[in-house]
Amino acid sequence: MTYKFLSHTADLKVLVQEKNLNKSFFNSAFALKEAICGKIKIKPKISRKFIVKGEDFESLLYNFLEEFLFLLDAKEFIFSKIEKLELDEKNFKISAEISGDKAGNYKFNNPVKAITYNDMFVGKRGKSFICQFVLDV
Amino acid sequence: MEVKKISDYEWEISKTGNMKVPARIFASEKLLKDMQKDKTLEQIKNVATLPGIVKNAIALSDSHQGYGFPIGGVAAFDLKKGIISPGGVGYDINCSVRLLRTNLKKSDLDEKRKEVINALFNNVPSGVGEKGRIRLSKEELDNVLINGAKWAVKKGYGTKEDYEHTEENGGMPDANPADVSPRAKARGMPQLGSLGAGNHFLEVQTVENIYDELIAKTFGLEEDQVTIMIHCGSRGLGHQVASDYIKLMEKEYGWPKEDRELVYAPIESELGKKYFSAMSCAANFAFANKQLITHWVRETMKKIFPQFKAEVVYDVCHNIAKIEEHFVDGKKVRLCVHRKGATRSFGPGRSEIPVAYRKIGQPVIIPGTMGTASYILVGTKKAEQITFGSTAHGAGRVESRTQAKKELSAEKIKRELNEKGIELVSGSYKGIVEEAPEVYKDIDEVVRVSHETGIGKLVARVIPLAVMKG
Repeated sequence: MTYKFLSHTADLKVLVQEKNLNKSFFNSAFALKEAICGKIKIKPKISRKFIVKGEDFESLLYNFLEEFLFLLDAKEFIFSKIEKLELDEKNFKISAEISGDKAGNYKFNNPVKAITYNDMFVGKRGKSFICQFVLDV
Repeated sequence: MEVKKISDYEWEISKTGNMKVPARIFASEKLLKDMQKDKTLEQIKNVATLPGIVKNAIALSDSHQGYGFPIGGVAAFDLKKGIISPGGVGYDINCSVRLLRTNLKKSDLDEKRKEVINALFNNVPSGVGEKGRIRLSKEELDNVLINGAKWAVKKGYGTKEDYEHTEENGGMPDANPADVSPRAKARGMPQLGSLGAGNHFLEVQTVENIYDELIAKTFGLEEDQVTIMIHCGSRGLGHQVASDYIKLMEKEYGWPKEDRELVYAPIESELGKKYFSAMSCAANFAFANKQLITHWVRETMKKIFPQFKAEVVYDVCHNIAKIEEHFVDGKKVRLCVHRKGATRSFGPGRSEIPVAYRKIGQPVIIPGTMGTASYILVGTKKAEQITFGSTAHGAGRVESRTQAKKELSAEKIKRELNEKGIELVSGSYKGIVEEAPEVYKDIDEVVRVSHETGIGKLVARVIPLAVMKG
């Protein structure tokens, strides 16, 4: 696990530190997943693909994470694994292949309402590539 | 940052730098100290920099750090020069509270608390995977977004009196579903009629104390009476509306250097108007949501108590922007008032208040946390004069959820509540810990500040008997 939940009064602040940005985005999704459903095991029964775009790295992270909330609310899908994540740093674009299951097969109550730009940081700090964000819960 | 003392419960941050108006904080010394531990004051200062802001940026006694605006923040904007900001409303648009008065007495529940809360838990959907009990077509969802609680009543879920005792009569006008994205609609469609998780709850309570007999009587409240409180919002639909318009406004207008979440559009711009319309749709979704839950509460309770009756005392918005008339420097003006984690608190005479209460003022409902009291207040003229008719909305957080999880255990919290005679059911242990009473400010203190400053007058205190968390 290379993400940490940091202290924040109202909401949930996440810090991901990785060797490259691709991995940082990758693990941001898993931090979000833990915030959504804790550490329960989700079976990789159904495959899905999606593409998201942003105007900059911050909006790309926002849109990438929001896609998981959308899939959960609208498609009742909770992800288990990210099979493939292609990050196009030039065009601020992510193509992802994920697997997961029907959310109704598990018992959890998602407290995450939204991704926010509050305290968001995406970029290099020292030798690490950081994704930092606050979830509205 | 210098905070000037005005009185025991009022503080001011003077206008400096880019601030267009001063910031005014309503708090006791103790609550102010809590605010100084996080970014609350910095955030309210940022709000004071926004274009067209009138008089003061206000932080109420339960304020704590949010995103963009602090939670507990109020700001009013000139309709011509001013702006509207999704960050000033919040992601959970019209996160709101409804209070039902019942014909039960506390003693009726003596042996039945567990049975009651389990039955409610089984009949009122709360979280993920357990979809709302309503199946909607796209056309029908549009009707929900236009008509709010009236849609639900028309479908047989409740009575006319229910929405007549709801802020905005249970439906904001100017709600055009075309301004809500298909993505937001797709998120909302399976969720109508569900409580949601996080800080949302359904609580069976009893009136423990009455502070103002006459007003309590008008609100239909008396000691030992059982009341039921429903706290929920616009679910994924509202969250997506906020997110969609943050993106659109960023593209069109960029964002203030102080904070990306303070992004806005001029109220009179096309985008500003569209956001207002989409926000109104989300608010109406939330009104309909609580109307459905009210119906299922009645249905469930009737099975246990065949003579059961419940009427809506009132239903207040906590996260909303409204166009309202206020007096500024002796002149009547129309303003766009943002209340983010704040309750409207109108005094006697306002046409917005239901006829039954118009002579005495609007009921204000301030929920506590799962182990503590909640309060009913009445709105005042003083609130209209100094806070654009606003008062606190709840306990407000002091501790982070991550911290809570390190320190508290769900079993312990449940046991402690049981010892106090409170039954608790929840969809998740995680939820119990994150919403533990210990992570919130002292509700008694928050309400005392509202009462002492005259921006809400105490009417009654209700305490929980049984709680359902999402």
